[in-house]
Amino acid sequence: MTYDAVIIGGGHNGLVCAAYLAKAGKKVVVLEKRHVLGGAAVTEELYPGFKFSVASYVVSLFRPGIIRDLDLPAHGLEMIPLETAYSPRLGDQGLCRWVDPERTRREIARFSVKDSEVYPEFGLAMTKMARFAKGVIDAPAPDPASLKPSELMELWRFSDELRQADPESLYMHLKLFTMSSADLLDEWFESDVLKAPMSVSGIIGTYLGVRSPGTAYVLLHHYMGEIDGAFRSWGYSKGGTGGVSMACARAAQSFGAEIRTQAPVDHVLLENGRARGVVLDNGDEVRAKTVISNCDPNLTFLGLVGEENLDPEFATAIRRYKLRGSSGKVNLAVDRLPVFPGREGSAHLRGDIAIAPGTEYLERAYDEAKYGDYSSKPYLNVVIPSVIDPSVAPPGKHVISIFVQYAPYHIKEGADRWPEKREAFGDTVVKTLAEYCPGLEESILYRQVLTPWDLEKQFGLTEGNIFQGELSLEQLLFQRPTAGWARYKTPVTNLWMCGSGTHPGGGIMGASGRLAALALLESEEL
Amino acid sequence: MPVPSPFHSRTSKLCHSMLWKDWAGYLAVRSYTESHEPEYFAFRHSAGLLDVTPLFKYEVHGPDAPRFLSRIMSRNVAKLKVGRVTYVCWCDDHGKVIDDGTVARLEKHYYRVTAAEPSMHWFERFRRGHDVEIEDSSTRLGALSLQGPKAKAILESVSDADLDALGFFGLTACKFGDVSGWITRTGYTGDLGYEVWVENADAEAVYDAIWEAGQPHAILPAGLDALDVARVEAGFVMNGVDYWSANHCLIEARKSSPFELNLDWTVKLDRTPFVGQAALERELENGPERRFVGLVIDWDETERLFNSYGLPPELPISAWRDGRPIYAPEGAWIGMATSGAWSPTLKKNLALAQIRAEYAEPGARLQIEITAEYRRHKVAAIVTPLPFFDPARKRA
Repeated sequence: MTYDAVIIGGGHNGLVCAAYLAKAGKKVVVLEKRHVLGGAAVTEELYPGFKFSVASYVVSLFRPGIIRDLDLPAHGLEMIPLETAYSPRLGDQGLCRWVDPERTRREIARFSVKDSEVYPEFGLAMTKMARFAKGVIDAPAPDPASLKPSELMELWRFSDELRQADPESLYMHLKLFTMSSADLLDEWFESDVLKAPMSVSGIIGTYLGVRSPGTAYVLLHHYMGEIDGAFRSWGYSKGGTGGVSMACARAAQSFGAEIRTQAPVDHVLLENGRARGVVLDNGDEVRAKTVISNCDPNLTFLGLVGEENLDPEFATAIRRYKLRGSSGKVNLAVDRLPVFPGREGSAHLRGDIAIAPGTEYLERAYDEAKYGDYSSKPYLNVVIPSVIDPSVAPPGKHVISIFVQYAPYHIKEGADRWPEKREAFGDTVVKTLAEYCPGLEESILYRQVLTPWDLEKQFGLTEGNIFQGELSLEQLLFQRPTAGWARYKTPVTNLWMCGSGTHPGGGIMGASGRLAALALLESEEL
Repeated sequence: MPVPSPFHSRTSKLCHSMLWKDWAGYLAVRSYTESHEPEYFAFRHSAGLLDVTPLFKYEVHGPDAPRFLSRIMSRNVAKLKVGRVTYVCWCDDHGKVIDDGTVARLEKHYYRVTAAEPSMHWFERFRRGHDVEIEDSSTRLGALSLQGPKAKAILESVSDADLDALGFFGLTACKFGDVSGWITRTGYTGDLGYEVWVENADAEAVYDAIWEAGQPHAILPAGLDALDVARVEAGFVMNGVDYWSANHCLIEARKSSPFELNLDWTVKLDRTPFVGQAALERELENGPERRFVGLVIDWDETERLFNSYGLPPELPISAWRDGRPIYAPEGAWIGMATSGAWSPTLKKNLALAQIRAEYAEPGARLQIEITAEYRRHKVAAIVTPLPFFDPARKRA
């Protein structure tokens, strides 16, 4: 039997892509290596009664248009927004930013009255910028090197929008593209207590520090939720991030897509240089008119296609594509909520908790990573989804998800030595967090430590990069994954890409999967 | 001036926002903190505890209670089994709705009716010739609504009720410790939920027990603003918002029949006589003039409209209930949206509307008036079957 499309990898983008293709009447099959769907957006009950968002832990900017197009709530998707951003400090109650702007102002004013008043102004400036970013996320990236009329039209539309902006916004744009997040924030704010936790959104998933140029741009993403029709689109998915994947899978199935788990693909089946399907590990062939890879570009081309089947120039470009994972993950099951001295109740735990006590702390954490060590005092991004979504833990108990940066894939001993360092790394993370909430260690019932090496082995993320390739400026837009091939189509005839390694990439957004499906449906190949 | 409910000592301690409103003469919380959103999400993901004491409550006793209530209600509640609750409306002689509520059969000759408005006078009107007694228990009983997926686990730990056996719209008498009361599997959120009915004197003890038991389940106290969003998603009509009680209308055009409120399913015409029956039969012969529908306001059009002013789409932060005109594609006025809300779960801008019947086909693309940058515009609104959101756990 021949399918219209076979999708390699049942991550959320692959499932979104499958759903759009199936909705358009195409015969689609999704092949997932693991026993569970979702790729990095997966929920697993690792310890009885505790459901972990094992890898990806918050839903960031999942496109509301996809939720509507695919009717995902009818397939079980329910999202809960993060309500707070809390940055604990030693010997102090720390800083908590709330949904309520007045309450936030009072909190910031404890450290700087000036900052507390500038904070909403900064938000307004960023929201203005974010309007352009939104247009970028929801459409393919125009290629400025191309003279095709369609590309020129897109560029024109884009520049037209920019020209309508006020000059200050334009200058700000230039700054966002070139400055470091810490430097940009220095222009606006004086208190490090505020700047440090704000600056980290520029470095998540990159092998860069808060003082590295180009990290300011990602700050914008945090202001997009206000304008893109999702309203507070950073949040949890009920039952863990696997809930997003499962809803996408059920939607795809409702449109007739077939989904197979425990179906690892060995390689792409090529005949006369054209993709004709895939060959599974067990030797079975699945033939299709098109093959769509939800894997990262490295794994897709150097692994599943094979360098010998690629033009040398293209193979080199893919080799140059930077993955270099820089983060790890520690998941805890605990028998009580962590207590941060100076804060009562659980209201401050209803969002994310950043261990980012200062810009210098963050930059020092990066220093160690630069020379091949994991940070001895890492930046931590902690969420406790069970505070809002009690379905993920038994009554009164909690799951804690700790995102850790930096944990470079390439440690100086060599990446394959990570397994020996895994538990020591886990100890460092727990110890770092426990400094801020004494008693944490005693409350732990179960611990899972994922190093970048584990992320590669378990989820197929080359070098453990959580975004299938760094979200740094040179790898964004028309250069994601590489110049000339940023439209989901690849140099291998009938082979397409739909993962986070394509424009716009990023977390659980679904944008790549949707745009890939739309591009394929528009093409003559299907 | 509104009066406190029997739970006031507890709700007032939790209400940090000081946001109160008048609900049927009672002080009722709008939201306990500055935003109702966490409370909405508690309804959908954990459990929200809402004081619903302001509902009007009537105890109907006596051998003729089944016959008496059946004569008033749109449904033949004489056939209702003991231990069951049903949702009904009641009409005037002309088949126009006076109110909607629930009828619960506690015993063979004992019913409890809930209503949005004082209804004693209306029930009394039909009492002659029936061996019944009606008690207005509104100020004697306190009522709490516990809504959300964790509601069952919480109530199981504070009562002796067998909630596994309590189906959708079921009712059971039970003990909360040594306090007697009732639990009904009912609510106004379209989610899994229960309502608890107790004597005023026991109100605080029961509140404390539920609140305590709810802690490990992430319970939140919930107010009317959160309820308003949930009930729009659930597609429930509200007296005084989506329709006017026929007893309060100066003009005929303001009155609605059950068929014009999407309450067809509560009307059983082929049975013993009841108030309004003949008029309703006549109405069905020609078909109702208007229909009550769900509308999804087109997102892309809304976004384009606001973008034309350089603005991101502005959406109501909470549910709205000021009417908005609805137009046919060709531009004629065909009715009004009476309430609506942005659905945080569906990511859709929803409205409930009463429109001319010929436009009520699902999928029909109508137009709703919206205001952008102080100017009036029209954007597409698509007729959508109700409820908008219908999780399986509601009936599970």
